[in-house]
Amino acid sequence: METDINLSKIGRNSLVLLRILIGWHFLYEGVLKLYNPAWTSKAYLSSAELLRPLFQWLSSDAMIHLVDNLNIFSLMVVGLSLLLGLFERIGSVFGICLLLIYYIAHPALPGASQVGTEGSYWIINKNLIEATALFVLYHIPTGSYFGLNLLRKILLAPQTK
Amino acid sequence: MSENKKNNWSRRDLLKGIAGVPIVGSVWWAGASKGINNTQARDSILKTLNINASPPPPSGPMAGDPIRIGIIGFGIRGPQLCRALGFGQKSWLTSMTEAAKKNPKDTRLSSFLEQEHLNVHITAVCDLFDVRAQDAIDSFSTDEVKVQRFGTHQELVESNIVDAVVIATPDHWHAPIAIAALQAGKHVYVEKPMTHNIKETYALKDAVEASNVVFQVGHQHRQTQSFLTAQDVVNKNILGHVSLIQANTNRNDDNGAWQYPIHEKANPNTVDWKQFIGNAPMVPFNSEHFFRWRKWWAYGSGLSGDLMSHDYDRVNCILKMGIPSSVVASGGIYTHRDGRNVPDVMQVNMEFPDFSTGSSQVAGKEKGMTMVYSATLGNQYGRTTAFMGHDATMEVGNSLTIYADSKSTKFKEKLISEEMDSNIPIYQYDPASGSVDGVTSATAKYFADKGLLWTYRDGKRVDSTHLHLREWLSCIRNGGIPSCNIKEGFEEAISSHMGGLSYKLGRRIDWDKTKQEIVRVEGYNLDEVLLENKEKIT
Repeated sequence: METDINLSKIGRNSLVLLRILIGWHFLYEGVLKLYNPAWTSKAYLSSAELLRPLFQWLSSDAMIHLVDNLNIFSLMVVGLSLLLGLFERIGSVFGICLLLIYYIAHPALPGASQVGTEGSYWIINKNLIEATALFVLYHIPTGSYFGLNLLRKILLAPQTK
Repeated sequence: MSENKKNNWSRRDLLKGIAGVPIVGSVWWAGASKGINNTQARDSILKTLNINASPPPPSGPMAGDPIRIGIIGFGIRGPQLCRALGFGQKSWLTSMTEAAKKNPKDTRLSSFLEQEHLNVHITAVCDLFDVRAQDAIDSFSTDEVKVQRFGTHQELVESNIVDAVVIATPDHWHAPIAIAALQAGKHVYVEKPMTHNIKETYALKDAVEASNVVFQVGHQHRQTQSFLTAQDVVNKNILGHVSLIQANTNRNDDNGAWQYPIHEKANPNTVDWKQFIGNAPMVPFNSEHFFRWRKWWAYGSGLSGDLMSHDYDRVNCILKMGIPSSVVASGGIYTHRDGRNVPDVMQVNMEFPDFSTGSSQVAGKEKGMTMVYSATLGNQYGRTTAFMGHDATMEVGNSLTIYADSKSTKFKEKLISEEMDSNIPIYQYDPASGSVDGVTSATAKYFADKGLLWTYRDGKRVDSTHLHLREWLSCIRNGGIPSCNIKEGFEEAISSHMGGLSYKLGRRIDWDKTKQEIVRVEGYNLDEVLLENKEKIT
């Protein structure tokens, strides 16, 4: 997909760099969890305060195995799509959804308990910032410039005579 | 992309197209290596430790005719024990319903309602305060079973409408009532401390041994999963030689300092004052003595009998180390100078010179252990219960955590290879990791942290006291010996009394293991020392 926005070369390269770094982050998280069967999101989800019934249900014994597998799968889909520059808009949507779920489970709101954070946050935290960065990448995809989408486009293009 | 470039790959296009592939490979390799290493290290540590954290088989079925229970003492602990049996006071049910409406996280009512039916009837109550006795009658009477009030415990234990009694009176009534019930052939569940003085500890032991009924002391933590796991940890000698145990009481509120509410309707006409006094020195009616009896040696047992008894039995159920060879205690009334004569700050050092949990070093190098009980009712800093061994330290409460010691002999190789890190737990059991529990007061949190309030079975939160009572009822129905029988109760009572004696006399108290008695102290009758309603005996 091409973007209508006219970007300078440095601007375009910056977005490619952002895409690769976020993809790196997601893929590493997904692969690490894939190869570590003891990992589970149960404690994170079950300690959610906002939308508590929903998160209690997601972290119940009946659901948690499916939820964990879906989480790993989604992390890897996002990571692969962004790193490879292929279907990155789908990856961005998956990523935004994941990050918003993480945020809603433990929002950086005054009075809400913070889980697994190493800094200080007020309303805005790293999950929200990364989700916003993915929102930008969704609107300004760069896979056709740097990524497998470039090759895909060449392959799918009509033959020139 | 310009039209004339279509389908004509330049080397540059190819590189830009596949540049992400090696990054994917690298990230995948790094994540997979780390994940596999973590898993292998975890599996290796768990294999080395081989801790079996599975819950015990449940006590036997509750089938058959309902067991008819008489409640003796319906103050604070009595209603809690009734709830654990499946009977909630009307006022409690109302307040819990409102609390659950206000706060969905408050699971006290739902936990109570989901509790297993134990097939018991409460048929009788004996409480010396009319209001409380009537509360039990109004709350627990049904069309089928009317709760009958008895004016004295003697009448209740001799009646033919009870099979078993639950005793939750002030400490100075525990043994006399338990002995009367045993002699009347009634099964007994008695709250801690088992007795109030030395003489009656032996008398109760004799009475239990002469009876053929089931006897249980109310140390419910014996049902808590973390304590059962801790027993497995010690049996497998994971800690090495434990030389020091620290256990603590950390409280800083009125309720924790036994400043309970005084009921407005309590007066000489509604309270059987003479019977309350029993063997204690007679004083005029005093509502503070009646409701806050834990503050005086005449009726209660101070920190040593009231709270150290919990901690002593928490350790004894794991180590089975028995009675200490000597005890030295100190402390004072430093935080609540309100007329009480039991200490509110107390340290008790218990010596076990011949005891060992095992060793990983040269045979004979290690032997002996000290247990330090340290208490204050003026600070709530969360000091944990720690078993400090040569190879590892185990923290036990409602959860259980083990840290390898950086100088461990047993884990030396794993520490050098960095498979283990002394700052990171090598084992952790946390029943609440799958859920968060609402704890509503500082004192409730104190008990919960110690593993005294609840535990988990099949992922469900269960009241430890419910399981402890269930075990007692199962032994009545199906045979067997409860986990806190007379041997354990005797050890708890004697150890607590040694702590109280040492504090009051300001000297070391010794235990003669051969004679099975506390070594006499020249010039003192030790029972009189314990019972005398003074802070210290000089």
